[in-house]
Amino acid sequence: MNPDLIQENDLQSYVDGRLDPARQAAVEAYLAENPAERQRLLDYQRIDAELHRLFDPVLDEPIPAALRLAAQHRSRAPRIGLLQTAAAVGFMLIGGGLGWFAHERFSQPGLAQESFVQQALGAHAVYVSEVRHPVEVEASEAQHLVAWLSKRLGATIQAPTLSTLGFQLLGGRLLPDDGKPAAQFMYQDAGGRRLTLYVRRGLDNPRDTAFQFSQQDGKSAFYWVDRDLAYALIGDLERPVLDRAAHVVYQQLNP
Amino acid sequence: MADFAALLTEQIPRLRRYARALVGTQGADDLVQDSLERAWSRRHLWTGQGELRPWLFTILHHLYVNQVRHRVHAPPLDPLPDEEPPALAPSRHEAALEWRDMERALAELSVDHREVLLLVGLEQLDYAEVATVLNVPPGTVMSRLARARAALRRALQEPPRARLRRVK
Repeated sequence: MNPDLIQENDLQSYVDGRLDPARQAAVEAYLAENPAERQRLLDYQRIDAELHRLFDPVLDEPIPAALRLAAQHRSRAPRIGLLQTAAAVGFMLIGGGLGWFAHERFSQPGLAQESFVQQALGAHAVYVSEVRHPVEVEASEAQHLVAWLSKRLGATIQAPTLSTLGFQLLGGRLLPDDGKPAAQFMYQDAGGRRLTLYVRRGLDNPRDTAFQFSQQDGKSAFYWVDRDLAYALIGDLERPVLDRAAHVVYQQLNP
Repeated sequence: MADFAALLTEQIPRLRRYARALVGTQGADDLVQDSLERAWSRRHLWTGQGELRPWLFTILHHLYVNQVRHRVHAPPLDPLPDEEPPALAPSRHEAALEWRDMERALAELSVDHREVLLLVGLEQLDYAEVATVLNVPPGTVMSRLARARAALRRALQEPPRARLRRVK
C-alpha cells in the first residue's frame, strides 16, 4: 500500500488501535519517515492515557445513594438537600460567593444563633473524632435515617448529596440541643476528612439570615436560618472548601 | 422492572466517569441522575437489544447539550471562591497541577470537540457508536476527532497563563 495515500482518518484510527493489520503496517511505514507526525500521534495516545489516569478512579468511587435510587426508579431522589432555603439562596443569587462575605459585615448573629453555632461546633468536635461510631444510623439506611430525624424534629429535612465534592454521607444521629431535638448528618471524603451538617428547629427568635461564617479551633462553619430551621455546615476544612460545599447545596436547590 | 434497574445501575460508574470528564466535578452527578431518570421515562424507546451504554450516552448527550444551550441565555452562576484554591496535601500537589492543566485544556475545547474526544479516547466507544450517540455522520466524527485532538494537544502545550504557584 502506498504510504502517500495515508489519510488523517487512518492516523486517528491508528491512535485508537482500530486499523486492520495491512493498513496498520502502512501507517507505521509512513510514520517511520515522518517523525513529527509520529510525535503527534504519540501525544494523542498520551492524552488518552492521561484521561484514563485522571478519570478512571471515578469508576471505583462508591455510587451516591441518589443515583442508585434514580437507577431503580424509586421516588425521585431529592436534590433539594436542605429544604427551601429560599432566603439564603436569594441572597446568594444577588451576590454570589462574594455576597456572603460582604453580608457578614452587616449581619451580626443574635445570641440564639451564637448558641446554636456553639452547639453545632460542639457536636461536630465530639463525633467527627469517633472512629467506630461516628453515626447512629448509617448511610446504608439513608431513607430511614431521614424519615426518623424528620419525625423527631417535626420538620421535613433531607441529607444533601455532597458526592460531587468527594464527600459521601456516612449517616447521622439525633442529638439534644438545649432540650430540643437536633439532627446531625456526617460526611467523609476519601482522605478521611469529615463534614457535618447540623439542623435544629425553633430558635427563640427565628428570622431568616443569609450565610454567615464562623471559625473556631481550626473548624469552619457556615450557618444560616431558614424559617424555623437553623443549619450549620461544619468542617475541619479550609474555608474555600466549605464555601464550595455550600455552593453545591445551592446548586442542589436550583437544578 | 428489576432487570432494567439492574442494567442501569451497572452503567452508573461509566456514566459518572464520562460526566465528570465532560462537565467537571460540579454538576456531573446531577447530569447522571437526570440521565437515569430520563432513561426510565424513555424506557419504551430502548429496544432491549444491543448495548445499553451507547443509548445512555445518547441521553446524557442530549441533556448536556440542552443545558449548554440554556446557559447561553442564562450564564451559569458559578462564582469560584476568589481566594486561594483549597490547599492540598503535599503528596497530592503534583497530581493536582496536572489535573488542573488537563481540566483547563478540556474546558477550553468546544462542546462538540470535548464530547467526541472523551467518547473515543476515554469511553472507547467505536466510531459508529459515537456517530449514533452524537447523531452525526461517521465522517463528522472523524473530522471532529482530528480537530479535537489537535486543539487539546495545542492547549496542553501552551504555557499556562496563570499557573499555580508551586509550593516547595
